[in-house]
Amino acid sequence: MTIFPAALTRQFSAAGDQMIFMRAFFRNIFRSDFEWNELIRQCYIIGYKSLFLVGITGFILGFVLTLQSGPTMKAFGAESFVPGMVAISVVREMGPVIIALICAGKISSGIGAELGSMKVSEQIDAMEVSGANPVQYLVVTRILASTLMIPLLTLMADALALAGGFMASNISKETSLTIYFNKAFTSLDFVDLIPAVIKTVFFGFAIGFVGCYKGYNSDRGTESVGLAANSAVVSASLWIIVLDAIAVQLTSVFAYN
Amino acid sequence: MDEAVIAIRDLKKSFGTKEVLSGINMDLFKGENLVVLGKSGQGKSVAIKCMVGLLTHDSGSLKIFGKEIKDRSEEEMKELRIKTGFLFQSAALYDSMTVEENLEFPLTRVLKLTDRDEIRQKIEELLEGVGLLDAIDKMPSDLSGGMRKRVGLARTLIMKPEIMLYDEPTTGLDPITSREISELILQMQKKYKTSSVIITHDMECARITADRLLVMNDGVFVAEGNYEQLENGQDELVRSFFK
Repeated sequence: MTIFPAALTRQFSAAGDQMIFMRAFFRNIFRSDFEWNELIRQCYIIGYKSLFLVGITGFILGFVLTLQSGPTMKAFGAESFVPGMVAISVVREMGPVIIALICAGKISSGIGAELGSMKVSEQIDAMEVSGANPVQYLVVTRILASTLMIPLLTLMADALALAGGFMASNISKETSLTIYFNKAFTSLDFVDLIPAVIKTVFFGFAIGFVGCYKGYNSDRGTESVGLAANSAVVSASLWIIVLDAIAVQLTSVFAYN
Repeated sequence: MDEAVIAIRDLKKSFGTKEVLSGINMDLFKGENLVVLGKSGQGKSVAIKCMVGLLTHDSGSLKIFGKEIKDRSEEEMKELRIKTGFLFQSAALYDSMTVEENLEFPLTRVLKLTDRDEIRQKIEELLEGVGLLDAIDKMPSDLSGGMRKRVGLARTLIMKPEIMLYDEPTTGLDPITSREISELILQMQKKYKTSSVIITHDMECARITADRLLVMNDGVFVAEGNYEQLENGQDELVRSFFK
């Protein structure tokens, strides 16, 4: 009889499985026969095919933020600070987190469902029994592609958010593009951009890792494909929030002091 | 037929509290086709998955080419898997790849072939052997069940395995296609000189392919013999397969 409740034992067991899975990932990154072509294909699927969704999200984010904050800032006579405020809030926090959550819904669930269905249809077993390395082909490429693409998607979304902000500020009154972006960029510093990019690397890793882990370790029934996709989104979103909380603490200690 | 390429002694495997394999004994001799018969859920697929290392047995001995499977290193397991082909019940074709890419996958990843002409030649030879050369550019979703099994067989045989393991190769196929697949298994066995374990409950497949049969019930083998011996035997369970 165990001294731990069953639920706690399951959590420890799952954490242990994730550590083993992560070890397998890192062991396979540095192998000589790296799957470059599959990595490029995954970058295309994860990056290029998310451009529209991420672009629209980023643009509307800046647009809405400007529209919502404009009247309040105007009441305090601080309307000229809106571009700077939008730039800082988008680049530091809202852009990375919202784009990561959007990508958790699109990418992590997609990877979870794809690998889950490969597991159910025994395609992963077929790779293994042929002597090929399914972790290297399926897992390493997807996690790396996600880790590389999420920061790039976030940077693009940040730029489009500023464009959205500019458009929103032009609805209420005519603003010069030069003045708007000048005000936005003078408020920003590298100290805003670099920690934000670094945390999106971790968000990307979490999105890819959780999707691969859930899909690769799904059960055999068809129902498990849906469960893998669903739990990938939930877990990846949770990881993004937790990682963001840690990143904000670290940034406030190291970057802004 | 005197050298056992697979030797199993008192092999046991449980899932939780349910014992699926309760101590099986089996030899597969070089060049023979061994058919394992049994009702669904008796442990046939579990046994065959233990043979290729997809499942790890709890106790007993499982030797392939004279060496215990549990004692093999990662590299030795890879070498063993090159020598051991496995045809899945569902054929397990990679559905994001064309037929050609499915066959190319083990050649480039496992055998590390780089010569495009050599790869293409091998793929065409195998597809011609299973009568599907014209499907080379098709996606698995465009193929019928029988065609998928043929492509799966070609993908497995392209590695020139010494042992072939078939997990219910005719399940889900119509009688005519089942017969074609069974005859193809026999034809390929003669051509590539493989030793085969065929898990099935299709008696027509067993009749066509078997040199020897084992009947599994409740996780153990309960009868052994050739097709005629078992068909004319007295055991009620065994006879029930032939009705």
